[in-house]
Amino acid sequence: MAAQRSPVVAVLDYGAANMVSIGQALVTAGARVVVATDAAELEGVDAIVVPGVGAAAPAMAHLRERGLLQPVRDWVRADRPCLGICLGYQLFFERSEEGDAETLRLLAGQTVGLEDAPTLPHIGWNSVELVRPHPLFDGIADGSHFYFVHSFAPAPEDEEIVVARTTHGRPFVSAVASRSLYGVQFHPEKSAQAGRRLLANFLRLVAASAGVGAAVPGAEVA
Amino acid sequence: MLARRVIPCLDVANGRVVKGTRFVDLTDEGDPAELARRYAREGADEIVFLDITAAPEGRGTMLEVVRRTASMAFVPLTVGGGVRSVDEMRDVLRAGADKVSFNTAAVAAPELLTACARRFGRQAVVCAIDARRVPQPADATPVAPIAWEVVTHGGRTPAGLDAVEWALRAVELGAGELLVTSMDRDGTRSGFDTDLLRAISSRVRVPVIASGGASGPDDFVSAVRDGGADAVLAASIFHRRMYSIDSVKQAMAAAGLPVRPVGEAAA
Repeated sequence: MAAQRSPVVAVLDYGAANMVSIGQALVTAGARVVVATDAAELEGVDAIVVPGVGAAAPAMAHLRERGLLQPVRDWVRADRPCLGICLGYQLFFERSEEGDAETLRLLAGQTVGLEDAPTLPHIGWNSVELVRPHPLFDGIADGSHFYFVHSFAPAPEDEEIVVARTTHGRPFVSAVASRSLYGVQFHPEKSAQAGRRLLANFLRLVAASAGVGAAVPGAEVA
Repeated sequence: MLARRVIPCLDVANGRVVKGTRFVDLTDEGDPAELARRYAREGADEIVFLDITAAPEGRGTMLEVVRRTASMAFVPLTVGGGVRSVDEMRDVLRAGADKVSFNTAAVAAPELLTACARRFGRQAVVCAIDARRVPQPADATPVAPIAWEVVTHGGRTPAGLDAVEWALRAVELGAGELLVTSMDRDGTRSGFDTDLLRAISSRVRVPVIASGGASGPDDFVSAVRDGGADAVLAASIFHRRMYSIDSVKQAMAAAGLPVRPVGEAAA
């Protein structure tokens, strides 16, 4: 095995718009990126990123049409690294109140509308308050601002997986980690330096779990 | 807490940033992607490109600009001007934009807002409203309440719509954000029309972006505090280097408004 190679990350393309930003942000953070539109394209990759904005029901329909539902479930159940962003993060849970859609059921809990939000959608930069330290947030100050665009957010049943909360109206869970599954409600690819750092941290976690880039320090899998 | 956004706006024609007195005497000011990157480094919370390319054949260059910008500046990008269909919006989003803003096209075909929101989510649909005060007859008794009318085609054509009513309707149709420009103040550097902003922001739940009239940091403060705006957009005061994004944010923070500190962006 080479001492160091770039982790290969598959970004799932299921018709969610803006693939350019997430792909480019991952490349800038040090990944090789494959845009995957079907299961065959997940061959040989080290990690999956599930991006996306919009509604849960059409997203699930597109994943199903492209034969990606089961491969993603199998991937996560095998404890392989996976990062969900915004809608991608919401899909990890059981259901979404938005359009009453059944989602991937990888994590316990439901995606619900933001409560008491002064403005909706919640659009803009908001502070992310860490509940506990996590390698995903290495080098990122507690309370740093990330860019959000959403009206719904997951309510995890398991407090153990909660990494950070953000307040818009009432507090909601803005980051989770469960074994090698990571989810963030904000858009790291749109969150300037803080976002790039988070993606670089994710790649370190990927490298550690794939046994690549072993020279990178600070890579510990939770 | 949600930060109030500071947004530089770049007018783009044929792939270059231009400035001038609206559509005449345009001066070439450089590469939009480079400028967007510079503003992002300086703490811009978002970038707006306004495509003022006159000829349809120049449209392809805008997609290329969006693509290059999205690969260089990792902040949200909104594109306005020239998008008239769901497919055109798809192309702009796939090139790397996060939001598309509709102005004249939405007035002409309001169902476009609904179709685009259904396809891409309302968070990606911005309705831009250019409004000007309806002149009051000098002898009106009692004094009529202030009203604003919608104008299109860069402020030249009255649309026959009340601006506040149109704002409410646009939200109902699918707009997830409103970009409200006072045509009375645009380019005058006499401050935002906070009455107009308040009249709209007090009646909608979606974020309102203030535009038109910024002369200095204090105007950003009053757009938020008095106008109820969630975000403030300006062009010339940034392009002409009269004020930095940092100085605007410092004034906002000093006034007790939540902002994303510029230091955080440059870390």
